[in-house]
Amino acid sequence: MASHETYYVPAQSKWPIIASVGLLLTVFGGGSMINGMSSGTGSAAGKWIFFAGALTIAYMMFGWFSSVVKESDQGLYSQQMDRSFRMGMGWFIFSEVMFFAAFFGALFYARTFAGPWLGGDGDKGVANMLWPDFQFAWPLMVNPDATTFPGPRETISPWQLPLFNTIILISSSVTVTFAHHALRADKRGATKAWLGLTVLLGVIFLVLQALEYQHAYHDLGLTLNSGIYGSTFFMLTGFHGAHVTMGTLILAIMLIRITRGHFTPDKHFGFEAASWYWHFVDVVWVGLFVFVYIL
Amino acid sequence: MSAVIDHHHADHAHGPAKGMMRWVLTTNHKDIGTMYLWFSFAMFLLGGSMAMVIRAELFQPGLQLVQPEFFNQMTTTHGLIMVFGAVMPAFVGLANWMIPLMVGAPDMALPRMNNFSFWLLPMAFGLLVSTLFMEGGGPNFGWTFYAPLSTTYAPPSVTFFIFAIHLAGISSIMGAINIIATILNLRAPGMTLMKMPLFVWTWLITAFLLIAVMPVLAGVVTMMLMDIHFGTSFFNAAGGGDPVMFQHIFWFFGHPEVYIMILPAFGAVSQIIPTFSRKPLFGYTSMVYATAAIAFLSFIVWAHHMFTVGIPITGELFFMYATMLIAVPTGVKVFNWVSTMFRGALTFETPMLFAIAFVILFTIGGFSGLMLAIATADFQYHDTYFVVAHFHYVLVPGAIFGIFASAYYWLPKWTGHMYDETLGKTHFWMSFIGMNLAFFPMHFVGLAGMPRRIPDYNIMFANFNMVSSIGAFMFGATQLLFLFIVIKCIKGGPKAAANPWEGAEGLEWTVPSPAPYHTFTTPPEVK
Ligand code: HEM
Ligand SMILES: [Cu+2]
Repeated sequence: MASHETYYVPAQSKWPIIASVGLLLTVFGGGSMINGMSSGTGSAAGKWIFFAGALTIAYMMFGWFSSVVKESDQGLYSQQMDRSFRMGMGWFIFSEVMFFAAFFGALFYARTFAGPWLGGDGDKGVANMLWPDFQFAWPLMVNPDATTFPGPRETISPWQLPLFNTIILISSSVTVTFAHHALRADKRGATKAWLGLTVLLGVIFLVLQALEYQHAYHDLGLTLNSGIYGSTFFMLTGFHGAHVTMGTLILAIMLIRITRGHFTPDKHFGFEAASWYWHFVDVVWVGLFVFVYIL
Repeated sequence: MSAVIDHHHADHAHGPAKGMMRWVLTTNHKDIGTMYLWFSFAMFLLGGSMAMVIRAELFQPGLQLVQPEFFNQMTTTHGLIMVFGAVMPAFVGLANWMIPLMVGAPDMALPRMNNFSFWLLPMAFGLLVSTLFMEGGGPNFGWTFYAPLSTTYAPPSVTFFIFAIHLAGISSIMGAINIIATILNLRAPGMTLMKMPLFVWTWLITAFLLIAVMPVLAGVVTMMLMDIHFGTSFFNAAGGGDPVMFQHIFWFFGHPEVYIMILPAFGAVSQIIPTFSRKPLFGYTSMVYATAAIAFLSFIVWAHHMFTVGIPITGELFFMYATMLIAVPTGVKVFNWVSTMFRGALTFETPMLFAIAFVILFTIGGFSGLMLAIATADFQYHDTYFVVAHFHYVLVPGAIFGIFASAYYWLPKWTGHMYDETLGKTHFWMSFIGMNLAFFPMHFVGLAGMPRRIPDYNIMFANFNMVSSIGAFMFGATQLLFLFIVIKCIKGGPKAAANPWEGAEGLEWTVPSPAPYHTFTTPPEVK
């Protein structure tokens, strides 16, 4: 008993059910919108349902996390509880790794197997009979059916914007670590400065990424519709960008919390979790830079 | 039990809240476990009634009851509901109820997230079932939803199907994270990893599999969504993609998924057989390693579902031999179960009957799996009723009997009453006979070439199909008896002692029956 503190089991909570309903509304509304968009018969209802769902989720996130912060402040969480949170976050990040793995897997498979086979390597399957003239190369500029899927005119050069973005993201991983060290040393001012810089770097990255998309769509003809190259390019960088957006938001919230005096030099898991997430997003980017942009 | 309530947490020592909101807002692992189990049973009946429609149509050759379009929706939603709605949630429910009790934890590690995991499921399946009523009908492309059937040729409702899978996936991942954190972090002092009950071990490994592959499933349905609505060409060769790529990604999820559905059953049976043999489990350590080996191998065998799709010969060979390797750790397990029973003082209460049937019939399913694993032979078997026979032998007397065995084994702990043994045995024998009648003939019609997923068939398969349908109706009807048995057990029956089974061991039997609302608030000492 002495070695064990009591484990906090919260009493009933309304947040999970709100979250579930919110998610259902979001996907139902979102699904209706998407279907409406594709069939051209969309009604306004989908948008409103989606909007209601998104609001519900935002409300839920705010409420749920606030109550966790409050409980933590009240000292309800033992070290054992803290370990549960750490494990939870760690395994969540692992699941995210596997999500990206699916898209990287698609990229590798298309490049090393499906593409060359389509171009006539190996036993020449049915697809090869459909498009006997098709030549495979990577990046794939001319698709088998070039009318339905017009290939990109050009691809993004890795040594301009993407290289710059790599430097930005790696620096942001360093600055968030400096912020962590400062927090542990109880230097609030320095923590705020480093964390603020991290958030700023995140925002710059996102702005540059948006410019790159703009460039790809308008100048290079590289779109979601430009075949497997565009598909893998936009899905990988797009999901990564979505994660950077999330990460930046979370770090910004951490900044606000630090400004409000939350966290102590030895209890600040919320901050640590955010920085784990940020490092993860960073590592994914390095994978993207190498496999999507350079190779 | 007075130790449970001490001054530290007098404020938490409350019982259940009153009314409906108890269930909606609960953070209690027992409440949530109960909801999972009821939800799963509801889905089992729903998926089961779809199976009845299928078997009624196949009772005779020719089309009589339903249109082929509807038939396809029935096979698809039957599979999806059984896999994601019945089997998986049942095991999560068992995990919720039993793992904290077995490791001496006060609750699950993250109780609020636990409630979230559960309540996402009704949302997911509400959405999935609603697609049946949408324009163009529900999913009709098979539970494996191969592209381009599920992309280019899918009904518009596929969008909602995709989101339903996302919701169910989020639920599974959160559930699995909770289970891992509970097992790794909340064990009572003294409960080392190698002292954990096997049900806990198999769930730990299952949870790992879930976290590793559910995101891949999310990835593949996302690619579908993009292909359908946003112009990408992941699964479209016209844009340089490949429909076969869909199958690779799907089965990278799919094969570990079948082990997700069987490993917890392995664990449950490994609890039950020693109890009714009154002997410790034979080869505990080898059981743990065999489970881990199966989990590892399950990641490198996926293309055995794709032997006929046109993969290079090296691929065929690799996936064939890797698949056959799984038989080794599986054999270790079967050997250990049999050795546990060998020279034991056996009694045959309902849980034990289901467990023994599990060992025998699951092994039959394993053998037909080995036949299918022979790549050359699979060219004959693939997409025939032989495959249907195989996976129903591993899933019905495997996963489902494992769930029934667990339910009977732990019902006294849950309800505080003994179930009606005579009725339980009747349920067992009717299920046993019904399912063998239903699925054994499928081996023969399959070998003779009857294709799966077709509402009509050659007249030469008529007799066997009629037998199958009769067996299926019998199996289906029997499950209503199970419902009755459970309700009867909740309402009353002989009082169950804390340990109602003579040979049962483990922490769950040290707390009273029914288990109090809060248990192990102070962790027990394990020696
Ligand atoms: C010794 C172990 C096993 C082996 C060697 C094995 C082998 C195979 C093979 C080769 C196939 C593909 C057949 C074809 O489509 O032509 C298959 C299908 C299948 N197996 Fe197994 N299997 C084993 C155990 C299991 C277990 C434990 C489960 C689930 C609890 C399972 C569930 C399934 C399912 C659901 C399918 C059919 C999927 C579909 O196409 O709809 N198998 N198995
Ligand atoms: Cu498999």
